[in-house]
Amino acid sequence: MIHVIKPGLLTTIQDLGRIGFAHFGLSPAGAADSLSFRIANLLLGNKSNTPAFEITLLGPTLEFETAALIAISGSRTSASLPINEPFPVAAGTRVTTGSLVDGARAYLAIRGGLTIPRVMNSCSTYLRAGIGGLEGRALRAGDQIASGKQTAGPTCRLEPARAASLQLRHGPMRVTAGLQYDWFGQEAVQRFQQQAFTVRDDSNRSGLRLQGEPVLPAQNRELLTEGVALGAVQIPADGQPIILFVDQQTTGGYPKIANVVAADLWRVGQLRPRDEVRFSFVKIPEAIELLRLQEQALRTAFAP
Amino acid sequence: MWITPASDSSLFFGFGNEISLDAHRRVIALFHAIQQLHDARIRNLHPAYASLLIDFDPFRLTHEELESIVAPLLSRPLPPSPELAPALEIPVCYDGDFAPDLTSVARHTSLTAEQVIALHSGGDYFVYFLGFSPGFAYLGGVPRPLHVPRLASPRKLVSAGAVGLAGGQTGIYPHDSPGGWQLIGRTPLGMFVPSDDPPSRLQPGDRVRFRRITRDEFDRLASEQGSLDDSRH
Repeated sequence: MIHVIKPGLLTTIQDLGRIGFAHFGLSPAGAADSLSFRIANLLLGNKSNTPAFEITLLGPTLEFETAALIAISGSRTSASLPINEPFPVAAGTRVTTGSLVDGARAYLAIRGGLTIPRVMNSCSTYLRAGIGGLEGRALRAGDQIASGKQTAGPTCRLEPARAASLQLRHGPMRVTAGLQYDWFGQEAVQRFQQQAFTVRDDSNRSGLRLQGEPVLPAQNRELLTEGVALGAVQIPADGQPIILFVDQQTTGGYPKIANVVAADLWRVGQLRPRDEVRFSFVKIPEAIELLRLQEQALRTAFAP
Repeated sequence: MWITPASDSSLFFGFGNEISLDAHRRVIALFHAIQQLHDARIRNLHPAYASLLIDFDPFRLTHEELESIVAPLLSRPLPPSPELAPALEIPVCYDGDFAPDLTSVARHTSLTAEQVIALHSGGDYFVYFLGFSPGFAYLGGVPRPLHVPRLASPRKLVSAGAVGLAGGQTGIYPHDSPGGWQLIGRTPLGMFVPSDDPPSRLQPGDRVRFRRITRDEFDRLASEQGSLDDSRH
């Protein structure tokens, strides 16, 4: 059993998300930084979709009743716990992660996973609907979570140099043209692409709210509410972009200038309030190639 | 109609730029046809008023391949119009504190409260799509006189089951949530139950009718619903 001594700011149980329910108004939820989530599991020999703890900005203190093998990936922790390598925890040990120092999220995975009932094919906590994870909510002090008994393969560690190249967060966020890209004139597109936006404090798993020089469509037009893709960059009336994220609404009525490429979505999950974000447009074939290369690098890193 | 990528892993099918029954029938026909493919490479479907967004696995499918899968479905004849489908009945109590905006809706529409209720529970509606929150169905087909604006300032808390009006639409809040629609009643039915299959009582394309119930009947149905929920656990 794992006992929650301190819950941290927003610690939830996540997997790779709840797929196939968008027509009921459910976004996928799931790990905000799915790359680091997968790495944390792969280090332990877990299947990459094994439920793990998602830590947000300030981490929890967890007490392990029995010995466990755990791994952390994503942001580094102020407690200087090992990152990107499995480490043993003796029975009765308290693990305090402290605050996250270079990103918004870290994943703490346990060899064998966690025993969490699947709701609509997923263990992901979906706060908006109050489902998944632990009673559809963030962890609280006093919670108990049973570790899992899933079979796991051999463990491994990720060389720092390899981790650095795999989890490289420098450079602009790559985006493809959004559905209403043409509504924005050349000036607005340039303004969108040439400035550094700041991540606002009221950002969360539903959306990253950005602040900067307003980006406005060439003319005022009404958009009929339509489906929105994960990572859509929508522009509300005030011209301040919002990146729609894992807990987003499934439909929306604001024009979308851009869409974050799939290969960079994990980076959105690492954005902290007051971080700077720049965007750079790429074509779809390039976006697909970035994703292919990322997957290849991940496979190579964990090849037996 | 037009087809265009919305992202590197989604494709958008547009059927019009206005809310219309005709466009919506096309959306629902395509939505159902794609569901029946049971193609695991297609991850999510987002039907809306006049469009369908398809989210797919970019490792297993390209935009071009998806378009070639969908193209033959588009040329199929449309199924019967929603007026012919059997209607799902939703019991609604329009009394007292369940209907905090009934008076203002009546004033706005120059009708009596009784006339508003009779109109709302007298017609058939259809589910355009679900969005805003899990299980929230946007219902079209609201009689003209009942087209009222949203509240100037949304409520911080609307109770689960609340029935509201906004623009030419009516809808039921499946969860306690903030909300800006004008509330005229409440249903005792659970609209979204994650352990049910399907989890949502209403689905895109469904036809719906509201049945007026008394407060007593509401309480009775609510307690039956409660014991049903208990038996599930």
